[in-house]
Amino acid sequence: MKSIEELNAIRDKMKDQVGLRSENPDCTKVVVAMGTCGINAGAREVLNTFAEEIAAKKVKDVMVSQSGCIGMCKYEPVVEVYGPGNEKVTYVEMTADKAKEVVEKHIINGQIVNDYVLK
Amino acid sequence: MYRSHVLICGGTGCTSSGSAKIEEALRTEIEKNGLSSEVQVVKTGCFGLCALGPIMIVYPEGTFYSMVKPEDIPEIVSEHLLKGRIVSRLVYQETVTDDGIKSLNDTDFYKNQHRIALRNCGVINPENIEEYIGRDGYQALAKVLTQMQPDDVIQTILDSGLRGRGGGGFPTGMKWKLARNIVKDADQKYVCCNADEGDPGAFMDRSVLEGDPHVVLEAMAIAGYAIGATQGYIYVRAEYPIAVQRLEIAINQAREYGLLGKNIFGTDFSFDIGLRLGAGAFVCGEETALMTSIEGNRGEPRPRPPFPAEKGLFQKPTILNNVETYANIPQIILNGADWFASMGTEKSKGTKVFALGGKIHNTGLVEVPMGTTLRTVIEEIGGGIPNGKKFKAAQTGGPSGGCIPAEHMDIPIDYDNLIGIGSMMGSGGLIVMDEDNCMVDIAKFFLEFTVDESCGKCTPCRVGTKRMYEMLDKITKGNATLEDIDKLEELCYYIKANALCGLGQTAPNPVLSTLRYFRDEYIAHVVDKKCPAGVCKSLLSFEIDPDKCKGCTACSRVCPAGAISGTVKNPHVIDKSKCLKCGACMEKCKFGAITKK
Repeated sequence: MKSIEELNAIRDKMKDQVGLRSENPDCTKVVVAMGTCGINAGAREVLNTFAEEIAAKKVKDVMVSQSGCIGMCKYEPVVEVYGPGNEKVTYVEMTADKAKEVVEKHIINGQIVNDYVLK
Repeated sequence: MYRSHVLICGGTGCTSSGSAKIEEALRTEIEKNGLSSEVQVVKTGCFGLCALGPIMIVYPEGTFYSMVKPEDIPEIVSEHLLKGRIVSRLVYQETVTDDGIKSLNDTDFYKNQHRIALRNCGVINPENIEEYIGRDGYQALAKVLTQMQPDDVIQTILDSGLRGRGGGGFPTGMKWKLARNIVKDADQKYVCCNADEGDPGAFMDRSVLEGDPHVVLEAMAIAGYAIGATQGYIYVRAEYPIAVQRLEIAINQAREYGLLGKNIFGTDFSFDIGLRLGAGAFVCGEETALMTSIEGNRGEPRPRPPFPAEKGLFQKPTILNNVETYANIPQIILNGADWFASMGTEKSKGTKVFALGGKIHNTGLVEVPMGTTLRTVIEEIGGGIPNGKKFKAAQTGGPSGGCIPAEHMDIPIDYDNLIGIGSMMGSGGLIVMDEDNCMVDIAKFFLEFTVDESCGKCTPCRVGTKRMYEMLDKITKGNATLEDIDKLEELCYYIKANALCGLGQTAPNPVLSTLRYFRDEYIAHVVDKKCPAGVCKSLLSFEIDPDKCKGCTACSRVCPAGAISGTVKNPHVIDKSKCLKCGACMEKCKFGAITKK
């Protein structure tokens, strides 16, 4: 390493990674239901898409987590988004493409994507 | 891109309780479940709660699994990592509430802690320099090399109020200032790190080296820049194999990344670090003995002055700081002296790491702001004393320190208060004792250690501590007179005044402090020939209460000396001339008929 710029580049690259290892009570939580029903319906792809998109777009203070079956097996994959004030939005029948849209519209710009919300 | 990180403690505590097997099982199960690209397994340093090891934390949820066994791993992987269902029965029960799992930071053990020296321990992989850099590692070195003059660095450390964490509590900035200025035109100076942690019960330096080795390297380079040194040495005890191995890895990585070596960050500053292993002599933790040992000679102290700042290693100006002291430096540089000085008491700033041991629930490592009371550390963070026993004393400062009785539990802990009550901070070992500990026996234990570890160079320590040990032995055997106690005390003051180095001068402290607070126990041994705590064997006698004895013969069958006689269904009797006082009969008796006096 020759310069501080290089040091900063490594820091920025690693910051998001090690940043996962801290608890921030005020962060937005994306919880993907990963019961057997959810996994069968493609929840893992949805989960990984959320994690990747949020990292790629460098969105801060968002935690991507999982839960078990929440009892709406018919609507899987189900994703719950909890805002900083713990208000909950439930998205149903999610796909990887829908996940990208939710990251872009809801998590970054704060607009709930009504088309995918549980009616 | 990993969506989840599983952190496993790879410190010495958890390694000895089997964390390597857990890690292996975890990697296998993750592979089996096809999660290798989604879940990252990270081996970290110590989390602090060693009593509950092996420990594993799953992020982003921050779920804290304790006392994990290899056979639990398949369930954790398939339930938690795959399906998102936390395995509550394996989680640290303090975090389990009626509404689910609460944050680790809200538990009694962690909520009163403030982690500066330990900030990366249990968070990063110590064998990966990039993780350290990701937590602002080497930013402080970059800052001093490009934005600060050496005198500014020293001033910042002075203003922060940081004092040596190895025991003495000498102001770190002052040490640096002397080493910078005292000798003009020195052709070579040295920066040394004392990692020869030898106090029984203290293991914070080991945990920093194992969990965050780069912080020490960075701080030593900063010190080198401040005093004008180009070479550093870390003197680490060979009994810390994990720490040694991680230091070697860290030094090599830092060299590879150009963070040690020539012209760091393209500046004129060059600095490198070598490792030197100690062979297990306690005295080599004393600064002059440590340097003598690095030079390749027998580790013996030498008189001061000249102080190391003037003539240290190889007769060159040298600074020597302890591991924990260094671990504070980068944070002080990045956050400023005022930030650090805002924590702690008037004369003791910042935080201190304590190694909790002895009769306490949460054996482990805690970091609290200076000025926290002993009561908070023992009762809240430490979880109190097991088995409903009563607190008797806390021993701080190892063989150089003393015992703090219950009456001083509410004194804010800092350097000066501890000295005021006859103990000392030392490196931060904190051994808790309950009513079952005999204070004379404790004093004897520490003296035995000192006698064993005395290097023998000066008479007060070599001969004096031996005589002290003999007097203590006489007391615990019930052969001493009151005059012996007076002689013992007189000898203590003589050794304190005349020993060559700090170890000899402080060796009488365990005796002096127990004499000060627990003189009645000494007197009970001498006058009444009794050990109130029931520890000193020579003064014990075992008796069978004939009214309670059912004549079951269990005691006579277990007695290794054949000292118990009696017939079935009739009260038994102990022959005191044959009794070895091992206590086996008392453990075996179901009727509480055997008493120890």
